[in-house]
Amino acid sequence: MSPNQDLRTTPLHAVHAEAGATFTDFGGWQMPLKYGSELSEHHAVRKAAGLFDLSHMGEVRVTGRQAAEALDYALTARVSNVAPGRAKYSLICTEAGTILDDLIVYRLDDGQDDAAREYLVVPNAGNASSVAAALTERSVGFEATVRNESAQTALVAIQGPEAARILSLVLPEDQAAALPELKYYAARTVTVRTGTGEVPVLLARTGYTGEDGFELIIGPVADRDELSAAATAVWHALSAAGAEAGVEVLPCGLASRDSLRLEAGMPLYGNELDLGHLPSESGAGMAVPLKSKETDFVGRDALLAAREAGTGTTSGQAIVALRAAGRRAARAGYAVLDGDGNRIGEVTSGIPSPTLGYPIALARVDVAHREPGTEVAVDLRGKAEPFTVVELPFYRRQD
Amino acid sequence: MSNIPDGLRYSAEHEWVSGPDADGVVRIGITDFAQDALGDVVYVDLPEVGTEIEAESTVGEVESTKSVSDLFAPVTGTVTARNEELDADPAKLNADPYGEGWLMEVSVKDPAQVEALLDAEGYRQQVG
Repeated sequence: MSPNQDLRTTPLHAVHAEAGATFTDFGGWQMPLKYGSELSEHHAVRKAAGLFDLSHMGEVRVTGRQAAEALDYALTARVSNVAPGRAKYSLICTEAGTILDDLIVYRLDDGQDDAAREYLVVPNAGNASSVAAALTERSVGFEATVRNESAQTALVAIQGPEAARILSLVLPEDQAAALPELKYYAARTVTVRTGTGEVPVLLARTGYTGEDGFELIIGPVADRDELSAAATAVWHALSAAGAEAGVEVLPCGLASRDSLRLEAGMPLYGNELDLGHLPSESGAGMAVPLKSKETDFVGRDALLAAREAGTGTTSGQAIVALRAAGRRAARAGYAVLDGDGNRIGEVTSGIPSPTLGYPIALARVDVAHREPGTEVAVDLRGKAEPFTVVELPFYRRQD
Repeated sequence: MSNIPDGLRYSAEHEWVSGPDADGVVRIGITDFAQDALGDVVYVDLPEVGTEIEAESTVGEVESTKSVSDLFAPVTGTVTARNEELDADPAKLNADPYGEGWLMEVSVKDPAQVEALLDAEGYRQQVG
């Protein structure tokens, strides 16, 4: 298990190695898979708080008078409707309507000056350069500038019911007092007080775990060592704040990140979302406001035609949530069968759910089998095991 | 560094086998290296007592949050016992792979088959 030299490492790599992380290849990056027990990391996020290094994700800044119009054209979401300080989940599609990536777009300007429009787009790690390239290409003709700052930016997330309390301990008093007002999918610039000085970050109330939580975007900082020092200081400050609050903030790897997002019913690019399928076939139709978005965007014609044809609703396939009757888990790639043993689709993600105690899965199946309550089977290495189609999400936090 | 005790035999599929007792019965489990690579085990499927198993054939599976792995028989013989406690507490397999996390006991057909497995040093070289 020698590290692949071609893989990139994040500005926090040394911190993870120091903490004894097991690493894995993900999207061209060498990322922490787990530090100790991935189940403990999962439960920490559900019950207290967990700390994630998400610096592998991309950051693409789009600025200029027509930045909103350029993004309206490039993405599926109505970016021009996003108020200052707010964020929106969106897809970026191909001309054929298939999914190039899913991402979050943050509006950073204060709305006072049209010439100063500014957005930050956060795509997935493995897609960052293709998204930056597509945004650049799709901005031609608009008064907008696209800059890929992925390599100069770090991203740390703190997720879990104790996240807000812990975070408030590292902020100046006035910013900590304002934290409860920061809404879900909103962001603002704050200052994190660390052991080695203050670090300005873009603080967003977003996440991928199904819990309350925050993402802290650090940068852009051109000097790699300086970026690493800033990210490391923020990481240690949050850990120390946990100890101060009497909460053990566990560092969490990609294994728990995946089990947390799947329980929350969130799609993962490369599993549910890919270049081969339309949003309506991928459980992501809600990210394409075909009815309310009147302006043109890349993929619109294909998506309108697909809606006309009922793709993902009355024809073709759709993503469904499955719950196992037994204890064996379905895994990505396994065949889904109907009662007669005919193949009706394929599992896209599956795990034994740590929180719920039974196996859960997402699968892409023929639309005839998409109604909750439908009984299906999954071919678990040669044996058809019963599963039931259920409502999403599998897990919803109690507020 | 994973723990690889001397005095046990090891298969290339990361299982350990104890030396046969007076009745020719060996205890079988998975190694510390294997439990760490698998991650937290949530379910273990073992053959029934009385099952005849053949070396290198698939006899069960070990499921973790991340993945599922086949369990290969390291020796040929008859299953005489299985660790029923793993059903209620599969985490024992992670916490104590050479002790409370044992998988099953097998009455081996040919004790020479156990001798032919890797010793601790040979297995150490394999997992590097």
